[in-house]
Amino acid sequence: MLKLRSYLAPYMASVVLILALVFFQSLAELLLPTIMAEIVDIGIVQGDIPFIFKMGIWMLLVAAFGMLCSIWGSYLAAKTALGFGKDLRSKVFAQVESFSLQEINRLGTATLITRTTNDITQVQQVFIMLLRMIVSAPLMLIGGIVMAVSKDARLSLILVFALPLIALTIYLIASKGIPLFKAIQLKLDKLNLVLRENLTGIRVIRAFNRVEHEKARYEEANRDLTATTVKVQRIMAAMMPAMMLIMNLTAVSIIWFGGIRVDLGQLEVGDLMAFIQYAMLILFSLVMLSMLFVMLPRAAVSAARINEVLEAETEREVKMEAGKVIEMDVGKDVGIESKMKAKEVAGTEAIEVRPLKKTGNQLEKEKQDLPLAKGPVNRERELNGKMQSEGALLEFREVTFSYPEAEMPALRNISFAVQPGKTTAIIGGTGSGKSTLLKLILGFYKPSQGQITIDGQDIWTMPLKDLRSRIGYVPQKAVLFTGTIADNIRYGNLEAGAEEVRKAAEIAQADEFISQLENNYEAVIAQGGQNLSGGQKQRLAIARALVRRPQIYLFDDSFSALDYKTDAKLRKALQEVTQAATVIVVAQRISTVWNADQIIVLDQGQIVGIGRHQDLLQNCEVYREIAGSQLSQEELA
Amino acid sequence: MRNEQSSDRQLRPGRRHLRGGWALGRPKEKAKDFKGTLRRLLKYLSPYRGQIALVFTMAVLSTSFSILSPIIMGKGTTIIFEGFLLKLQGVPGAGVDFQHLGRLVFSLITLYLFSSVFSYGQQFLMAGIAQKIVFKMRQDLNVKLHVLPLRYFDSRTHGEVLSRVTNDVDTVSTTLQQSLTQLITSLVTLLGIVLMMLIISPLLTLITAGILPLSFLITAQVAKHSQKYFADQQKALGELNGHVEEMYTGHEVIKAFGRERESVQKFEEINDRLYASGWKAQFVSGIIMPLLSFINNLGYVLISVVGGIMVAKRSIEIGDIQAFLQYSRQFSHPIVQTASIANILQSTIAAAERVFEVLDEVEEAPEPKEPQVLKYPRGEVRFENISFGYQEGDVLFHNLSIVVRPGETVAIVGPTGAGKTTLVNLLLRFYDVQAGKITVDGIDIRDLSRRDLRRMFGMVLQDTWLFNGTIKDNIAYGREGVGKEDIIRAARAAHADHFIRTLPEGYETVLNEEASNLSQGQKQLITIARAILADPPILILDEATSSVDTRTEILLQKAMTKLMEGRTCFVIAHRLSTIRDADTILVMNNGKIIEQGNHRELLARGGFYAELYNSQFSTGGPADSPGQES
Repeated sequence: MLKLRSYLAPYMASVVLILALVFFQSLAELLLPTIMAEIVDIGIVQGDIPFIFKMGIWMLLVAAFGMLCSIWGSYLAAKTALGFGKDLRSKVFAQVESFSLQEINRLGTATLITRTTNDITQVQQVFIMLLRMIVSAPLMLIGGIVMAVSKDARLSLILVFALPLIALTIYLIASKGIPLFKAIQLKLDKLNLVLRENLTGIRVIRAFNRVEHEKARYEEANRDLTATTVKVQRIMAAMMPAMMLIMNLTAVSIIWFGGIRVDLGQLEVGDLMAFIQYAMLILFSLVMLSMLFVMLPRAAVSAARINEVLEAETEREVKMEAGKVIEMDVGKDVGIESKMKAKEVAGTEAIEVRPLKKTGNQLEKEKQDLPLAKGPVNRERELNGKMQSEGALLEFREVTFSYPEAEMPALRNISFAVQPGKTTAIIGGTGSGKSTLLKLILGFYKPSQGQITIDGQDIWTMPLKDLRSRIGYVPQKAVLFTGTIADNIRYGNLEAGAEEVRKAAEIAQADEFISQLENNYEAVIAQGGQNLSGGQKQRLAIARALVRRPQIYLFDDSFSALDYKTDAKLRKALQEVTQAATVIVVAQRISTVWNADQIIVLDQGQIVGIGRHQDLLQNCEVYREIAGSQLSQEELA
Repeated sequence: MRNEQSSDRQLRPGRRHLRGGWALGRPKEKAKDFKGTLRRLLKYLSPYRGQIALVFTMAVLSTSFSILSPIIMGKGTTIIFEGFLLKLQGVPGAGVDFQHLGRLVFSLITLYLFSSVFSYGQQFLMAGIAQKIVFKMRQDLNVKLHVLPLRYFDSRTHGEVLSRVTNDVDTVSTTLQQSLTQLITSLVTLLGIVLMMLIISPLLTLITAGILPLSFLITAQVAKHSQKYFADQQKALGELNGHVEEMYTGHEVIKAFGRERESVQKFEEINDRLYASGWKAQFVSGIIMPLLSFINNLGYVLISVVGGIMVAKRSIEIGDIQAFLQYSRQFSHPIVQTASIANILQSTIAAAERVFEVLDEVEEAPEPKEPQVLKYPRGEVRFENISFGYQEGDVLFHNLSIVVRPGETVAIVGPTGAGKTTLVNLLLRFYDVQAGKITVDGIDIRDLSRRDLRRMFGMVLQDTWLFNGTIKDNIAYGREGVGKEDIIRAARAAHADHFIRTLPEGYETVLNEEASNLSQGQKQLITIARAILADPPILILDEATSSVDTRTEILLQKAMTKLMEGRTCFVIAHRLSTIRDADTILVMNNGKIIEQGNHRELLARGGFYAELYNSQFSTGGPADSPGQES
């Protein structure tokens, strides 16, 4: 909780002002009974009606002053708490966006989402409660005591009994109830888990007649939850009646003992009435204060979860840059022109705002790239239907990689080279390390040993941005984002014009289904691409990689959801575009790979064969096994 | 103090308001059929009629007592005041009448005690009632979920269903627990206070009542304004959550394409909007309290002044003023509370309605009254002129007829898609055909009990069909009364024994869908072991071994081939030999059966299958590349 304090710094002035306002508001509140006492003791006793009026006006002024303070405080508190929440949210989101794959997998997507949304809302909510109500409680408590003592110190002795009594009662009830609240949460989670399993496994449950079993499991969880809830509700039910009883009895004793004091002439009646009101204020403040102890632990849990995110490691790039320049220090400097919609070909600057210090090398490269991208010659070439790009030499040199805490390396001693203009296919069973290999090329993970180079340069010596800008990656699971079809394709290259987008879609065999959609390229894709079929998503993901015109293409089993005809057409079209580029295809089916210039056979993280189809059939046992399970005897001959 | 922060993420963002006074001014949720839903909800309450009556009685008593006390307390003050005045006037022997005061104090203590006891008793009872009702509601929902057709689940997200069973029920629960008695208390308080104030002084009551419209006006105005901001805030929050979820799940793609900056920018933009509407909503709803409390103070001052003058003129007693002040302070509270409870009730009814909607869904076709029993099934399966589609107008199978004799094999060929799921759906009666019938050994599968029908099928599929339980249970499921020996023998035959024994708990390892330490291939081996043990007449299996490492794959193939012998098989086929040797080949594309026949017939037809066959399995290999073009 305390660690988040630093995010409060910009609001410190506001917080101080709010505290002052709350103080004045409390003061106003505390003054009213005293003025009323004056009315009784002087105005009524002496029948002085003008005095009563005068005091009445005073009371009104004081009340109005209290209201103004309160409203101003409320305004500041809303801005401060929400602003704080906003800043924190931005920070956390930017932080997560800069996480490496490893980090995001370690923490888990689901919990990161909760932390960015619910946990921050929780902290923000508690913060606002803190500012608006709870801060005033101690002020009222102390102020009330001061006023009460000033009215009659002897009578205040009653409070010496009442205060500990009420505190003890709260403590007793809360200490029994609060642990049970946690238990309820766990039991509710359990019930939800059973329910979720029931939903995801519904076919299995029905096919295997497990319905009765599952019903019993659910009923048990439900019964358990209900029992605990009843218990906690019954404990908490005692809270309010007990509070009321103590407060009321306090009031009664004040009347009794106050009566004695009045009788002895040591206290005036108006002061007695005021005293009762102060006593109530004091006790009520204590109740409010106790809320703090309920809310703070909850907020502390959320705060700790947020902190964990903020303290986690970010990807090396971003960290490195954070030292030098701002990079991910998100924010206002980047204008709100943020939709994925960068302007057509015109605006390279739109994405070039990155305050990344460029190496001379890079600048050189951009200089070469820019005219290429914009130049009329190049454009014409594209329009003629060639989205080709020149490849790069990609090399693995004795690369070994282990996932953190894994016993065995996922890849061991991998060496191979892919020449520009050639296609390399990687085949192997699940867990053989195919996808991991692609992720290493993307710099998602760092090899434990060995080097991966592009045109001779170790990829871990170039900025990640630069590395990834050379790569067109089509993941196994086609992930699309909310937005139009065109937005999604252009995601690969924000400068791509409408024509380029269309061309890429055409090559990816997506143009046809897009043109059948309402609004065509402007058709909106729902979250997660739910309104598209698997094959359609895959084709868009391919188009997205194509529009990037990368040096290196990585296809991770990217054709699996396509029907055979589309698959064939797509591949033919792809061949033309990727002619000069470096292409790596991960595949499961022999028929996908047998035309490749080079096939790498992976088995349990190691290369067990490398060569062309026919060679491998003869030399590589694993390849033969895979082929044997997919092809007939004659085909193997 | 209920923990609303359920760890479940499926919560609709709009439903997490803070309860109590702050609910005022939030956008309302409206039920479609308020009366009908209320009536049904009351039906849930009806078994507890007696107890609820008791709760209400206690609530009324407790409130009445607490309303009575200020006036008595006021009398106490009056006694003191009068004693004081007499003393001041120098009347000899005068002073506070402690005997009278003692009686008052005693009756006050009694009142307070009873009031608290009743208030506790009322809440104590209500906790039991509310939770029992909610228990029943959850129970009803769960029972219902098990008789809903698969169509229901396939057509909506899990989150949607979950949200009804958890959040909506939760809303009902909280309302039953808190708001119901609060409503009673508020109304009684309101009534009682007005009565007491009238008794004390009609004139002062008039003054208080004159201020009342002001409270209403302000509350209404603020609510009107804040609703817009709350709606904006909710919208922005929804967008923000959506963006976060999308970006976090798509992290890999964002990284690969280097679009972190754009993602953060969009987040910033939404976050700014959230802030802009959020603080306004917070502020506007936050000023209700100061405003109301000022109006309250206004009343307080007026009463002090007017009352003071009245006391000075001796037309009213001072204790009555004190009591009146207390009443007028409490006055606006029940009004605000009633208004906010009205809001809560609305959203509760809307929640209850969503729950009832589930309970009203059409159930699966009932089991046949006198189900036929196949004692020794041979495994002859016939599709007789069946038609089927998931949606109206989208026909996948049209007038399809297939005869599969015992022991024959049907190969399903084609690109991946809904094909095999549909087949399983129909054979196991997760869905019923729309026309025609499916028979096993001549009996319409709708005349068999679902239990018996499903027992006839063994399934070895890609998406592993394991249920929550131990490995042992999962293998043993196929047959009743099998010993450990049989289970191990089956596991051995399926080449699964070895890896099972390497697990820390061996055969007692508990499988669950979420976290399992088994690989896909291992799970599949377990299903094979199960099928071996169960010895079902009909098999549905999947040859695709894409998620299995090469060595396991070979084991799987061996085990499957052995398993298939002598059984009727539906095979999602990938091996050429399986396809060619199949008695019937169903060629599927986009979930539809487009061709049907054996290998030779289909080749001769020169249609989709022929093309597929040539592209996939053409004998030349890479020599006459590109293979796809032929």
